[in-house]
Amino acid sequence: MTETLAQIDKPEDAVRSGVFKRLLKNPLGLVALIVLALVVVAGVIGPLVAPFDPNKADLVNALVGPGTNGHLLGTDSAGRDVLSRLLIGAQSTLLAAALAAGVALIIGLPSGLMAGYFGGWFDSVASWCTNVLMSLPAIIILLAASAALGRSVWISMTVFGVLMSPGIFRLTRTSVQAVRNELYVDAARVAGLSTGSIIGKHILFVVRAPLIIQTSIVCGIAIAIQAALEFLGLGDPLTPTWGVMLNEGFINIYGSPILAVWPGVAISLTVGSFVVLGNALRDALEDSPKHKRAKPIKLTPPKTELISTVELEESEHLLTVDGLGVGYPQPNGKTKTVVSDVSFHLDRGEVLGIVGESGSGKSQTAFSILGLLPAEAEITGGSITFDGVPLVSASGHRLSQGRLAQLRGSRIAYIPQEPMSNLDPNFTIGYQLVRPLVKVLGLSKADARKRALELLTIVGITNPQRTFDAYPHEVSGGMAQRVLIAGAVSCNPDLLIADEPTTALDVTVQAEVLDLLRDLQARFNMGVVLVTHNFGVVADLCDRVVVMQNGRVVESGDVRTILREPADRYTQTLLSAMLEGKTPMSMLTVAAPAAAPTTKAGL
Amino acid sequence: MVSFIFRRLVSGVVVLFVVSTLTFFLLYFSATSVARNILGESATQAQVQLKETELGLDQPLVSRYLSWLGGVVQGDFGVSWFTSQPVVGSILGRLPTTLSIVLATIVIAAVLATLLGVAAAVRRGWIDRLLQIVSIGASAVPQFVVAIVLVTVLAIQLRIFPATGYVPMNQDFGGWLASIALPILALAIGAVASTAQQVRSAVINVLSRDYVRTLRSRGLAPREILFRHVLRGAAPAGLTVLSLQFIGMLGGVVVIEQIFALPGMGFLALQSTTQGDMPVLMGVVVYIVIIVVIVNLLVDLAVGWLNPKARVS
Repeated sequence: MTETLAQIDKPEDAVRSGVFKRLLKNPLGLVALIVLALVVVAGVIGPLVAPFDPNKADLVNALVGPGTNGHLLGTDSAGRDVLSRLLIGAQSTLLAAALAAGVALIIGLPSGLMAGYFGGWFDSVASWCTNVLMSLPAIIILLAASAALGRSVWISMTVFGVLMSPGIFRLTRTSVQAVRNELYVDAARVAGLSTGSIIGKHILFVVRAPLIIQTSIVCGIAIAIQAALEFLGLGDPLTPTWGVMLNEGFINIYGSPILAVWPGVAISLTVGSFVVLGNALRDALEDSPKHKRAKPIKLTPPKTELISTVELEESEHLLTVDGLGVGYPQPNGKTKTVVSDVSFHLDRGEVLGIVGESGSGKSQTAFSILGLLPAEAEITGGSITFDGVPLVSASGHRLSQGRLAQLRGSRIAYIPQEPMSNLDPNFTIGYQLVRPLVKVLGLSKADARKRALELLTIVGITNPQRTFDAYPHEVSGGMAQRVLIAGAVSCNPDLLIADEPTTALDVTVQAEVLDLLRDLQARFNMGVVLVTHNFGVVADLCDRVVVMQNGRVVESGDVRTILREPADRYTQTLLSAMLEGKTPMSMLTVAAPAAAPTTKAGL
Repeated sequence: MVSFIFRRLVSGVVVLFVVSTLTFFLLYFSATSVARNILGESATQAQVQLKETELGLDQPLVSRYLSWLGGVVQGDFGVSWFTSQPVVGSILGRLPTTLSIVLATIVIAAVLATLLGVAAAVRRGWIDRLLQIVSIGASAVPQFVVAIVLVTVLAIQLRIFPATGYVPMNQDFGGWLASIALPILALAIGAVASTAQQVRSAVINVLSRDYVRTLRSRGLAPREILFRHVLRGAAPAGLTVLSLQFIGMLGGVVVIEQIFALPGMGFLALQSTTQGDMPVLMGVVVYIVIIVVIVNLLVDLAVGWLNPKARVS
């Protein structure tokens, strides 16, 4: 076990140095690191190189400008050297930030680990305390603390560390909860590692990165708060700190505003560097190439060139897909093709199956017809024509979104795969059925309501009124899928695209939903494109079938022909995966008694 | 829903009780030489003892706490050790100043952050990059430094706004606006930037949900999907951030009111801290925690109204 652990560690080291390199490549991150390094250097050697005693008053040289009498940055109202005070101030600033961050970590990390790992009463109590601490205005509490315990940077920063510990606690607790039940943690437990070493080796490892980021941000906030308190006059007046200097400068703001500039710049630069460093670390840790520039999510239809060049051909088919290609542009400038040269057609009232394994491009093909591909996807070639209307032009390779938007929800409908995630959790089922009827089909509210209840009855829901009034989280997955089917057929569509409509359902519910789909297809005489990985569903519902693999059509034709005599090796494999160890489907044997042995022999 | 509100109320009262009790013992335990501080160095020992008896400092801490608590329950927070004015009176006199600044800032932040966050999430491009830069800048420069810069540039150098002072709303509305404009601006920059960031990521998150695609497949207009469904899904995250901003501002006004010389709660808090005027400081803490509890309750209610699932838990 330990050996494997050691092996796992190695690539992690590579990742770590990669993170550091990426951090250095990020200009903001590099600047932040340099600024912080300078502040640290100032803090360490400041007392040694400061040209003057920072507290030595020299009223003859009070408020002299920069560069006068050896005072590089001038003096304050008591004639004290500004540069020396700035240098000395760096030290207390950094130490104070370290104290606050240390206290926050000492409280937040162990309690977060325990609450996340063990849960139970400790978790409840700690979480409650966290909520209370987070709902207190920090400065008010710090005022009270300074009234009670005295004016000291160290007391303030200790209290502030306590106030910041909830952030660390929450972060740790969430990360630990996420990994606690991971298989490799279970494995370590089974392998006999003690709780302590599991936490040390596996769990601390996971929370390390977010903790560093959070700590950097806590340091930044702590410096700002500390400066604010000193600015308010709650600091120790004898220690030259940036906040005290800013207070001094603000008192003299009418006479000599430059005095406020130096500490203001020092504070902002340091705080900013900690915040920027935190952000840059996060960017470096997140997979950098992917994260470079996210594509816009287009809700509004993109501009499309008019497709006047494409003739509105008289097509006998309801849907014609010709040479369709879909690709995803990669950060390196290449395009990753997921669908290429896919052609098929569908007639009115016909059911076409698109079969293939995960990643074969079948869902991408379906979404192309709907015009609902993710925004970063691109149509790289081909055309789609619906009832004589070109949806995707062969020349421009672009979706005619405006045209599709008019067809979606009126003539083309869609049934998704996962029922629960496809209903808006914030609206009742009734609202989600009625709204498109009113907005898209122009029904009155009362009519739409009546129609929605009718539809719920049609899809086999026994108590439609109750479902109508329910929120999605109050119904079962099977019922939610029926609701989605009701929504899809509500516009009486000519074309229905069903993307794995039964995959997410229980086996018994699957059969019911398939029956329902068959009934509805016959009732509304819809053309149906049924995307599935299941040949059983194809055999059950489809007239024709298209088999896809790696984004290409490998075989297409009549369902019976393909089931009986699959020509392509891949189709044979898919079929054998389904038929293995079972008797061939009765439909096949009834239709062609001699066919089944042939199929089997052919494999 | 009623039991939901009731549970939140009870938990708010518990928080209020715990925080005020802890603060009371912390503050009064350390308040040992108050009488001497009030009377000055020249006072005789007898005068000091007389003052201590007058303030009740000779009583045991627990009995002082109980009598304080008894008063608070009836709305009596005692009198200031220094001015002998009733605490409630001086707090209520200053509350409007602070609340007008904080509430105006929250309203501005809510509107601007929603517009900016949604625009950045939907359009991306330059507006998104601008938001990123502004929010890094806003989180880098501390609020009170922003305030000082605003005072220096807009009030002292350019003389567009009054640098300090407060004009009550009912005296001179324009003057009131001018007197709170800079404090609001100082508070709003950070609040808008960080809230807009949260709104942006929440909107991006909701836009990528399956149900948004399904709603599009139903033919609903993009505008309707964005403003009814996506915004509603993203709103709880935005509200939570706004409530945290509000709480932060109740502390932030201490510095802001000092810089702009505004007679608000923050001013009172700082004054009572530097003087060691424990009854006033206790009053300020309790009032602020009450405001926090109310705000959290309102946000919980709003989230429950927006998200039916949250009503259950």
